[in-house]
Amino acid sequence: MSQSVPVLALKGVNKSFGAVRALRDVSLELFAGEAHALAGENGAGKSTLIKALAGVHRPDSGEVLLDGEPVVFHGPADARDVGIAVIYQEPTLFPDLSIAENIFMGRQPRRAFGRIDHKAVRAQVAALMARLGVDLAPDRPARGLSIADQQIVEIAKALSFDARVLIMDEPTAALTGSETARLFAVVEALRAEGAAVLFISHRLEEIFELCQRVTTLRDGRWVASEPLDGITQDDLVRRMVGRDLEELYPKQPTRVGETALSVRRLTREGVFRDVSFDVRRGEIVALAGLVGAGRSEVAQAVFGVDRADAGEVRVGGTVLRPGSPTAAMDAGLALVPEDRRQRGLVMEMSIERNIGLTGLDRLGRAGMVKRALERGRASDWAVRLQLKYGSLGDHVGVLSGGNQQKVVLAKWLATDPAVLIVDEPTRGIDVGTKAEVHRLLSSLAAEGLAVLMVSSDLPEVLGMADRVLVMHEGRLVAEIPRAEATEESVMAAATGLADEGRAA
Amino acid sequence: MTVTVEKPAPAAETERSARSLVDAVFRAREISIAGALVLLVLFTWVAEPRFLNDQGVKDLLLNAAILVLLAVGQSVVVITRNIDLSVGSVVGLSAFACGKFVSGTDHGVLTVLLLGVVVGAVCGLVSGSLVSFGKVPALVVTLGMLYIIQGLDYWWAQGEQINAADVPQSVLDLGSGSVLGLPYLPLISIAVLAGTAYVLRTYRSGRELYAIGSSPEAARLAGVPIRRRVLAAYLFSGAVSGFAGALWLARFGTVVADNAHGWELTVVSAVVVGGVAIVGGTGTVWGAALGALLLTTIGSALAVLKVDSFWADAIAGALLLAAISVDRIVNVRMTRALRKRSAR
Repeated sequence: MSQSVPVLALKGVNKSFGAVRALRDVSLELFAGEAHALAGENGAGKSTLIKALAGVHRPDSGEVLLDGEPVVFHGPADARDVGIAVIYQEPTLFPDLSIAENIFMGRQPRRAFGRIDHKAVRAQVAALMARLGVDLAPDRPARGLSIADQQIVEIAKALSFDARVLIMDEPTAALTGSETARLFAVVEALRAEGAAVLFISHRLEEIFELCQRVTTLRDGRWVASEPLDGITQDDLVRRMVGRDLEELYPKQPTRVGETALSVRRLTREGVFRDVSFDVRRGEIVALAGLVGAGRSEVAQAVFGVDRADAGEVRVGGTVLRPGSPTAAMDAGLALVPEDRRQRGLVMEMSIERNIGLTGLDRLGRAGMVKRALERGRASDWAVRLQLKYGSLGDHVGVLSGGNQQKVVLAKWLATDPAVLIVDEPTRGIDVGTKAEVHRLLSSLAAEGLAVLMVSSDLPEVLGMADRVLVMHEGRLVAEIPRAEATEESVMAAATGLADEGRAA
Repeated sequence: MTVTVEKPAPAAETERSARSLVDAVFRAREISIAGALVLLVLFTWVAEPRFLNDQGVKDLLLNAAILVLLAVGQSVVVITRNIDLSVGSVVGLSAFACGKFVSGTDHGVLTVLLLGVVVGAVCGLVSGSLVSFGKVPALVVTLGMLYIIQGLDYWWAQGEQINAADVPQSVLDLGSGSVLGLPYLPLISIAVLAGTAYVLRTYRSGRELYAIGSSPEAARLAGVPIRRRVLAAYLFSGAVSGFAGALWLARFGTVVADNAHGWELTVVSAVVVGGVAIVGGTGTVWGAALGALLLTTIGSALAVLKVDSFWADAIAGALLLAAISVDRIVNVRMTRALRKRSAR
């Protein structure tokens, strides 16, 4: 197919944000009927590249070519109007508007006199949902949708118009296996109809499953464009990282100490029920289960963000006041939340400010924050976690996802916690940073920290956890020690098929 | 690409009830305001039967008409997560300009109204340009405009006053006349209200205003022309305020420099009490109009009951706080309820 003119291409594109050069002389060609993967570590420039194609960013130099002709997109609407559909990594929806409005905003089918044909909008949305095989009512507001459902709305949005080019930035990060399969089937169908697809995923298996060609970026530079046929996952990782990847799950053996966190009969009506478990010092305990099983909700309730209706949480022997994150922090609990943009960070604040947030009372006297102390604390942690940044005064928003996650970790580790709860610690993070986060968690546990890790990444659960707790429909259904934890045993429990052998 | 329907979408029951929950909450807001309004009127009527005689009802409607207009204009701005604090000054300037224009000569009612609209639109254009293209926070811009326009008006008026005697009868007739027993002013307000509500609901541009207020970032990615829409919202709010200024002249005949002094806060209160969230994205102009009607009726009722007028302000303030608190609580509860539903 590659003999024809590419539908959409970048030629020698450069883009800088202040001092950070996000893209340097990058070229890319997307052909009709071909699925093209974009590989690279976090911060390699993938998102910037997509935004250049989508009309969000204008390249500083270089060209965007549509059917071989140079074009200039003045905004996302221009790119959309020529048939470029983009699914961004983080869903951006209108919380107050209905799903249907979210999908068709600015493009609603119209009747005479330019009036919106609300009925047609609803019908088309219903058809899209049927096509994606999901049960979301078009009239429901986007507020309160789970991240997976939000992602589905984004996908429906991209499918809702005649896309010649479909660009997907980590569309599967929040999806379950069956939802991913559905998505891939739809993408395959689009591709067969002649659409060009650009696909980004940190799950290399998915790249190999879906795509024919791959372009790799490293540090904003083009590394290679090649057919996926002749290469292996290891080859791809080597191109991305620029070095051989050592162990992705560097689990250190640790000495398990006394109980640090003890949860008894914790219940939140309609969300989870009767959840009891212990986490001991030096241990990494994974909380696994399908999306919607109530894992994150348990973590939230333990930390006191959500109030539990019944049950108690003890940290180091003292019972926590329910519904009080402050009390939890004082007792030595730390929570790295799932949604780092909304809950983990203040995006408009600098890196040092964000890291300083959890220790404002320790960073000065009489309610005044000493800038020097704040900066000192931030730079200590930045070094320890190998944070990649321009200046500590930069907005957190300019960092890549993996580095943002490190800032969240730094922010909480700086409180010197006894128990660290991490919710999806490596969601949407590249392999290199993922390994760094794993190494960090492992060494923290070795130092005697108790770690509770909520994760839907099965290899991560199996690779990192000393014990696996599995939830199914709001209940803790199994506790599996490391030696017995396999994909089969965890999935069986998560889907509710487990024999009740080791029910907790 | 074609959308192939493999099977009809089975919208889950829980989803449907989630939607009706949201609808119910918003309808509940409008119904509870209407309910409060009815109670207030009944109570006052029992205490003072003259409150609801022909003249009383007429007065209620006339008093509400201008505030309703302003609330409609303000809603459109607030929906986009902005605010227009200059409306009081704009009404003052427009009323005075129209008064100057007509004193002694009869230019015809329509010309006067048009002049009011133009004066207001120019003010809205300035505010809107600064907010949308200058990216200056709306609060600062419109607060500045409030004082600038007020100053301009004082300087122009130099203590002068326009009296009803100077205003041609055709203009005054608009303010006091009626058709089928219904005064013109409230009818005009209702027409503007209905038209605005229709546009907000049925046109892309209207829905995009909600989109901008709900999530500016998402609106940008959806290709919504944010700056143009925000500018248009200010232009509309300005034009409506200018129009209201012309009506003010028609209604009262007497115009001084600081006519609608302090009204901006009443208007914002009416809008928020009426369920338009101050953070944008939700609410209807119908609700805002009900809020305006409630606030003016409280004022009238207290006057009839011979209660000091400052209580009206205090009550308006209390209502405002209550409305914002209710918004917040409803928001939190609804998010939680929707989460629970989608979790199952």
